[in-house]
This record gives sequence, structure tokens and C-alpha cells, in this order.
Amino acid sequence: MASNHTQGGSNGGGDDSAQRRPPEWADGLKQLYDSVVEEALPDSFKDLLDRLDAIDPARGKGAPRDGRETSQ
Amino acid sequence: MSDGPASQPGGSLSAIDKASFKRDLTDVVPHLRAFARGLCGRPDLADDLVQETLLKAWAAQDRFEPGTSMRAWTFVILRNAYLTDMRRNRFRGEYDEGVAERILTAPAGQEEPIHLSDLHRALLTLPAERREALLLVGAGGFSYEEAAAICGCAVGTIKSRVGRARAALTEMLANGAIPRRSTDDEIAHRAILEELDVVAAGNGVSSRP
Repeated sequence: MASNHTQGGSNGGGDDSAQRRPPEWADGLKQLYDSVVEEALPDSFKDLLDRLDAIDPARGKGAPRDGRETSQ
Repeated sequence: MSDGPASQPGGSLSAIDKASFKRDLTDVVPHLRAFARGLCGRPDLADDLVQETLLKAWAAQDRFEPGTSMRAWTFVILRNAYLTDMRRNRFRGEYDEGVAERILTAPAGQEEPIHLSDLHRALLTLPAERREALLLVGAGGFSYEEAAAICGCAVGTIKSRVGRARAALTEMLANGAIPRRSTDDEIAHRAILEELDVVAAGNGVSSRP
């Protein structure tokens, strides 16, 4: 009985190390992320920021009306 | 217009602060896109989410503390927008077909290469809170502490979510048990939505600016 218990414990230890060591796909996760970071930025983002920049956020009355909500 | 920097009703930002805010926000857009793509899978919806985030960030710019991390600040806004949109069932757990072409180099001695598309699809089957934890730490390079601050939860919670996410992905990739068909994605996504209801109700995740 006692030896059974010890075996169970060592199995649990194996699980633990699997969580601590970065798995072999870990680099893939970074690749997924980095591949998007390195994509050329669509003009729409720069356009949006330029439009926002032309508006005084404190007054905010002339909020951009391009079909998107600015409130919340 | 920007011709009246002297009078700033309600805003404590100087013209210089405003310019640097815009520059920082611009710099962080590629990261917002990457985070959003990982969260919701589809590039077009991810970009919509980023635009929404930019609008909200801009509107809240006097709440940004200069010198703190713009990436962390905007990630909070993006994740809250994502959670709100997801509860409105806007995202359907679809994945990026584009990455299906790219293949990870197989580790030596392993016949089956891991496809990035498999990894992405497996990632999308995870519960939202584990997926975002793994994205922040494993892809975005945030520390556990930073990720906890972004998600508004304890560091131990983030560690546990990352651990569970890693274990689930490792299991899925090792067994090849990755949902292939969109019906599977839908089932997985429904589970995510149900879990999210619990999360949103309990943690008030959307109440943090």
C-alpha cells in the first residue's frame, strides 16, 4: 500500500516538470505573434490615428463619424 | 484642432504629452494586432478590435500615465473590448487560414512537424482566460506580474492559467487531437462563452479602464 502511494507521487512529479519546461511548440507561439507584429501595417490604422489627432479629445464634440462608436 | 494647446478643459496633457501619446500608441499597433489575432483568430475581426481599441485609448488618453507601459495599458483596453464583443457573440472562433501554409521546423528526430495552424487552432479552443494568459506570457513576453496586472487578477492565477493552457496545448499537439472542422470550433467556442459569463459576472473584468 505504502509503495503504491510513493509511485503515485513520482508520477505527479513528471507532470510538474512538463509544465515548467517550455514545451517544444513554445517557439511557435512567439512565431505566431511575431509574424503579425512584423506584418506591414494597413494604412487604415495610420489614417485613423491621423483623424483622431485632428480632433481635440477634451472637446470631443466632433467625434469621428465613420460608423464606429467612440463612447463607453 | 491642435491650434489651441493653451486651453485644455478637462485635460492635463500638454501638446508634447499629446504628441508622445500618439507616437507611443502608433508604435504599439502591431502588438495590438498580434494580441487581437491570437485572441479572436480572424484577421479582419482582430483588426476591427484594434481600431475599436485605438478609439477608446484615444478617448481615455488623459488617464494614461506617461512613463508607464503603453502596450500594457492598451492591452487592457483591447481585452475588455474583446470580452464585451465576445459576449455579444461577435466572434465565432474562426482561425487564420493564412498561417496554414507556414510550417514549424520539426525538432530533430521528430517526423511530424507541428503546423502553426494546428497550434493556432488548438490555442483557440482554450478557454478565453487561459488563452489570453498564455498569449501575454508566452507570446507577448510579459512577466507573470505584468500579465496579472493586465488581466486584473492575482499572479498565482496567471501562473495557474498559463500552466493549464500549456498542458492542454501540449496534450492536444502530442495527440493530434485538434479540432479540424468549424463545427468543432463552434462547440469549443460555446464552451468559452459559457465560461466567460462566469468570469465576467464574478470578476468584473470589464470594469477596469
